[in-house]
Amino acid sequence: MKFISSLLLIAILSYVLGLFLPWWTIAIAAFVVCWLIPQKGFASFLSGFLAVFLLWGIMSYMISAANHDILAHRISELLLKKDNPTMLILVTGLIGGVVAGFAALSGSFAHKKLRRR
Amino acid sequence: MRFFLMTLFAAVTVALIVILNSTMVLPAPLGKLMSPQHGVWQNAEPYDLDYNATLSFPQLKEKAIVYLDDRLVPHIFAQNDEDALFIQGYLHARFRLWQMEFQARAAGGRLSEIVGPDLINFDRNQRRLGMVFAAENSVKEVEKDPELLAAYNAYTAGVNSYIETLTDRTLPLEYKLMGYQPEKWSNLKSALFLKFMALDLAGFEEDFEMTNARSVFSKEVFQKLYPIASDSLDPIVPKGTQFAPEPEPLVIPESAEETYYDNRTTNNITGIKPDKSNGSNNWAVGGSKTQSGYPILCNDPHLGLNMPSLWYEIQISTPDYNSYGVSFPGAPCVIIGFNDSIAFGFTNAMRDVRDYYEVKFKDESRQEYWFDSAWHKTEFRIEKIVVKGQPDFLDTVAYTNIGPVMYDKSYTGNRNTGNKDYAVRWKAHDPSNEGKTFYLLNRAKNYDDYLKAIKNLQVPGQNCIFSSKTGDIAIWDQGNFPAKWYRQGDFIMEGDNSDYFWQYNIPQEQNPHQVNPDRGFVSSANQLPTDTTYPYYLGGNYPPYRGFEINRRLYTMDNITPEDMMKLQTDNYNLFGEIAAPEIISRIPEDQLNDTDRKYFEALKNWDYVNAPDAIAPTIFKLVWDELYKIIFDDEFKATGLTLAKPHNSTLVDIIKRNDTTFTFYDNINTPEVETLEDNVAAAFKKCIPTFIQLEKEGRLEWTKYKDTRVQHLARIDALSSLHLYNGGGEFSINATKEQHGPSWRMVVQLTPETDAYGVYPGGQSGNPGSRYYDTFIDHWTKGEYYKLWVMNKADAGNDKVKHTMQFNPSTN
Repeated sequence: MKFISSLLLIAILSYVLGLFLPWWTIAIAAFVVCWLIPQKGFASFLSGFLAVFLLWGIMSYMISAANHDILAHRISELLLKKDNPTMLILVTGLIGGVVAGFAALSGSFAHKKLRRR
Repeated sequence: MRFFLMTLFAAVTVALIVILNSTMVLPAPLGKLMSPQHGVWQNAEPYDLDYNATLSFPQLKEKAIVYLDDRLVPHIFAQNDEDALFIQGYLHARFRLWQMEFQARAAGGRLSEIVGPDLINFDRNQRRLGMVFAAENSVKEVEKDPELLAAYNAYTAGVNSYIETLTDRTLPLEYKLMGYQPEKWSNLKSALFLKFMALDLAGFEEDFEMTNARSVFSKEVFQKLYPIASDSLDPIVPKGTQFAPEPEPLVIPESAEETYYDNRTTNNITGIKPDKSNGSNNWAVGGSKTQSGYPILCNDPHLGLNMPSLWYEIQISTPDYNSYGVSFPGAPCVIIGFNDSIAFGFTNAMRDVRDYYEVKFKDESRQEYWFDSAWHKTEFRIEKIVVKGQPDFLDTVAYTNIGPVMYDKSYTGNRNTGNKDYAVRWKAHDPSNEGKTFYLLNRAKNYDDYLKAIKNLQVPGQNCIFSSKTGDIAIWDQGNFPAKWYRQGDFIMEGDNSDYFWQYNIPQEQNPHQVNPDRGFVSSANQLPTDTTYPYYLGGNYPPYRGFEINRRLYTMDNITPEDMMKLQTDNYNLFGEIAAPEIISRIPEDQLNDTDRKYFEALKNWDYVNAPDAIAPTIFKLVWDELYKIIFDDEFKATGLTLAKPHNSTLVDIIKRNDTTFTFYDNINTPEVETLEDNVAAAFKKCIPTFIQLEKEGRLEWTKYKDTRVQHLARIDALSSLHLYNGGGEFSINATKEQHGPSWRMVVQLTPETDAYGVYPGGQSGNPGSRYYDTFIDHWTKGEYYKLWVMNKADAGNDKVKHTMQFNPSTN
């Protein structure tokens, strides 16, 4: 339950912050949520990772679908040297996921430290 | 421990963010780029994006409306000229901002700022040539002309009002990929863009290479290798036309014979050069030759094939005029097109208006230079080149009475000898107001208006073609051209006296022209504009073949329809092949060929001289010809140790056809034997066989595969380009499509009471690679198909073709 709610909160907060602030605020979202909601280290990493992996993955998938993958074909060719829109969407999710995952992990340790005081 | 772990993972997170937000480790800031809310995904436009908008701007005087049709061509309906051009600026920026800015930067030598130190030399070259100096002079002229200044100001304001709406998220894709921000637009940037075109079209010169050639060859040999006219010349103004004499005789310097023609100083310069074949076709046929009885005007300018395209299609309608055609993103008005009364187009006049002079400075400080027996003060212009990731580069450029000292000790442009100073005299430095040409053409109603408009065109010189609904056809080889004596400016000239200066300009009315000729058509394809009876020297860089072929066809055609003209524009017949291939075929020793050789030989022998996409003969011909050319010239040329101007292909084939027995270059100077032309041809063919076999194995022997036409993204990013297009044609065909160069806008306009026009360019109306409109026209263009150009009336607002409507309203604040 904690896991699901953390995941949802991170995703929602990341989305909202992203509307106004730079992309790396996904790290702040993940850190804050995992700080407030205690979870084991790995679980917090996973909640952060999955939250933004899914958020970015789904958003880019939707954008690309509406675009008939026109840009994804070109950008995957440019960045991945391979014409593969799906892979570009996965890479997008992965990049966001890893950043949020580590931020979440760091947040979970912050939480435990505070509780022990 | 936990605190340590928290800090560790926080540090990892921050490190990741830094890496993904910069180019310190990765080639691209992947986090910033891939964030769906910030990065490139934001540029992925929905396929069915709605461009409808209601916009308000304080600069607008009255309400205006823009209809975007199914090809995303805007039809602007404004109540006054300034509003129309404001909107044109806005639309250019809306759809092509990155390209506009990039081109203006390239023009003004400001690419290092965004790309880095690799382009410092490119930037220095632009600055030293005086591109910014030239553009500034042009702006001064615009500022003297209230009408045009208002037009430029409105255009610039339109561009800027779009730039102001941009945020980091909505920036065009290339800014994100290259990591920089757009700047404000200015009239200077529009002027820079027009100078960029001047450089592209009137920047070709081989003065150093020609000087070298003159220093190693005897006068007779030189004349043979670098003649003025080809045997295949059919000039723009037919042979035999009478010309008025020059108003005053040109004074040829006394020293010309010994010092100028026989200058032993040699230099090796290989600068940045425009494509030699920056050419074009245009022609107009009168009503006597058409089925409808009304004239048809055709134009296809051959330029570098880039995406986003150089061209942006547009209709501009105000109570004063209604023009349609293609515009340059970066400049106001329609550049090639038509209005309700006339049609207009251009090909390059190919004149040499850029010459070099050797300057004598008093000392190292270069504070004073020697001229006409006195010392004069040098002016200096300090060019600050901002370099990405490095301190600024300051370049001091000396200016004498001639112009900027382009080459000196500090910038040799790959020259390998001497510490000499060379100033460049370029006609494009002179104050001029080219923008006025287009401004006036857009509203011209008849021949007189057209003539008045084109008189503003000074550089680049253009063959301006004209046709009107009242039945007139005309062509003017127009520009502000220096009156030159024979060979003036072909070589580096003395700069310490005025003897070698350009003496006066050719009077405008003496520019070659033709109005309503009996033959019923006017045409140009960059060939020499006149025969040699013209009183002024015209230089020697004119391709003869396309012009000859166009005229040969037009002479025999009657009852012409627009479809016939489209067929002619996309014709792949290779006239050079017709002339040169039989010379090769007849000299290949057939009895010595094996079966493999014979296969290729037969293909060449059976060639119909059409550069069809799937034919192999054009590839075989080109390879053998190029090899033959090398065999004939390389030995002598390499032995000089200098970079020499290359004789034209047309020159070599003329020599071969004349059976010139005094021509010594057939002999290979590195062998004891005396080779003949026959030996050279046999050797060339034999040498090409392995290449044929290899190409065939790779499936690249077919002409289209060998030629491999591409439309390349301006920043040379393959993923944003259109590659491997299936088409025919080539340098010597009317359809002059080469590897990355060719017909950049094909247009056919029949001037019936209701204009009947067709056009296509290789690109799309949107410059956004994430838009479906980025490459819409490529396929049509490749196949040689055209779009019917829709001249919209305001009453057509309900037409199915109107897909989007943009309202432009004046706002009061």
